[in-house]
Amino acid sequence: MSKEKFDAIVVGAGPSGNTAAYTLAKAGLKVLQIERGEYPGSKNVQGAILYADALEKVIPDFREDAPLERHIIEQRVWVLDDNSFVGTHYRSDDYNKPPYNRYTIIRAQFDKWFSSKVREAGALLICETTVEELLMDGERCIGVRCDRQGGEVYADVVILADGVNSTLARKAGFHGEIEARNVALAVKEILFLPEEVIQQRFNVKEEEGVVIEMMGTVTEGMVGTGFLYTNKESLTIGVGCLLSDFKANPQRTAPYALLEKLKAHPSIAPLIEGGEMKEYCAHLIPEGGFHAVPKVYGEGWMIVGDSGGFVNAAHREGSNLAMTTGRLAAETVIAAKAANQPMTAKVLKAYKDRLDASFVMKDLHKYRDMPQVLHSSPQFFTTYPTLVNRAAKTMFTVDGVDKKAKEKEILGSFKTARRWGGLVGDAFKLWRAFR
Amino acid sequence: MHVNVEEKLFQNRYKVDHGRPHIRIKDANVCSSDCQSQSCTYVCPASCYKAEGNRTVTLITDGCLECGSCRVICTEHANVAWEYPRGGHGILFKFG
Repeated sequence: MSKEKFDAIVVGAGPSGNTAAYTLAKAGLKVLQIERGEYPGSKNVQGAILYADALEKVIPDFREDAPLERHIIEQRVWVLDDNSFVGTHYRSDDYNKPPYNRYTIIRAQFDKWFSSKVREAGALLICETTVEELLMDGERCIGVRCDRQGGEVYADVVILADGVNSTLARKAGFHGEIEARNVALAVKEILFLPEEVIQQRFNVKEEEGVVIEMMGTVTEGMVGTGFLYTNKESLTIGVGCLLSDFKANPQRTAPYALLEKLKAHPSIAPLIEGGEMKEYCAHLIPEGGFHAVPKVYGEGWMIVGDSGGFVNAAHREGSNLAMTTGRLAAETVIAAKAANQPMTAKVLKAYKDRLDASFVMKDLHKYRDMPQVLHSSPQFFTTYPTLVNRAAKTMFTVDGVDKKAKEKEILGSFKTARRWGGLVGDAFKLWRAFR
Repeated sequence: MHVNVEEKLFQNRYKVDHGRPHIRIKDANVCSSDCQSQSCTYVCPASCYKAEGNRTVTLITDGCLECGSCRVICTEHANVAWEYPRGGHGILFKFG
């Protein structure tokens, strides 16, 4: 490999790495990006929803050629018990007015496209190369060692966009092992169906899409959610729960068995019927939030994206935080270069300051108590979904029982399950977590 | 409900690095003697870890989805040596 020294090395070609490399290269810096996959995207997994805003900030005209599946015009939230769901749907024709706000994407295609922009901007990309460790000179990161002969490369700064497992920072001792309670394990499948069938089943026209987020008894009391997204000619269906909950589940249910259970749910099975399964994926999602974000900069290094735990689980946002952290890290480097400053921790602290001033840390801070609240409140994922569905059934079933008596029965079922103190406490917990 | 994960994995594309598994059980005795739950045998989304009749745990990484769960849940014993596959090897997502 090249013996020359780079201004920056970016490890990984996902949303955060691509945004960082693109921003740096666009500013004229000499950038090496290293990706372990056969091509950018071949190791990357996401639901996937793309939020336009974060990408627009670096590639304003991305809509011209980015591979986008459908723009989302309808958002459904379903609370499931074993046989039914209670849901809210929000659909608006305002979401049909360009520029669209969010899209479903297929990451292998999208990342490949993004990477082509990075290379056009002038970055050097090397694929099929795994970075084994950071090269350190004392406290200072001076480059990386790859699994190629003579694979030592040097740079003023290394940006770690190596994903949720954060392998390189852990090996370098920047932070410890991830905790099982701070990550969700998600599995999903892509099911192919003719475009027209998807449009009929989901009541949308060409290029319009629907997302369904689900919670309830399907996760067997584990903290987690299910999702169903419409792509152009395929559906993505998946389920994710906290890894610590998978481990502690007395039923010892495998993630793929949970997925099959979701697919077989009577409210979901008709939507996906006949879909041809073409891929099965699994991935960890960092959901520890504010308190789980490690130190993200030091002497000659910065951490961006999932590797730094930048996910807002409450709002199902991740790739936009990844892109934003990648951009802010790159802007920090560009500013330091322009001022002729070395890439010391003192200088790179500006990255953290930029993060703190952005929606990234503001949102993570807002929901800082959420992980703890959900951990200690499994009732949100079992008891309440069952109660809500039973209440709906009681109210909507016409059987000669008067409505006042039905109301009493419903209230009684809530009181029996949680008692007054529990109900008030749960309301307070939710208010505190979301405020 | 019995679910055959092999049928799912069969749809995936892999470039297996033959003879060079990227994940290793450090000490097989720890799994069989010290670990009560053997949670890797049901949490692994590709079912790479199998509980055998004699309480041993075997690992075949060919179907690995590279999520990292096995390493993270093995907190008590830290008995999983986990690396990414060599560049270009392992799972190759067509859609991701």
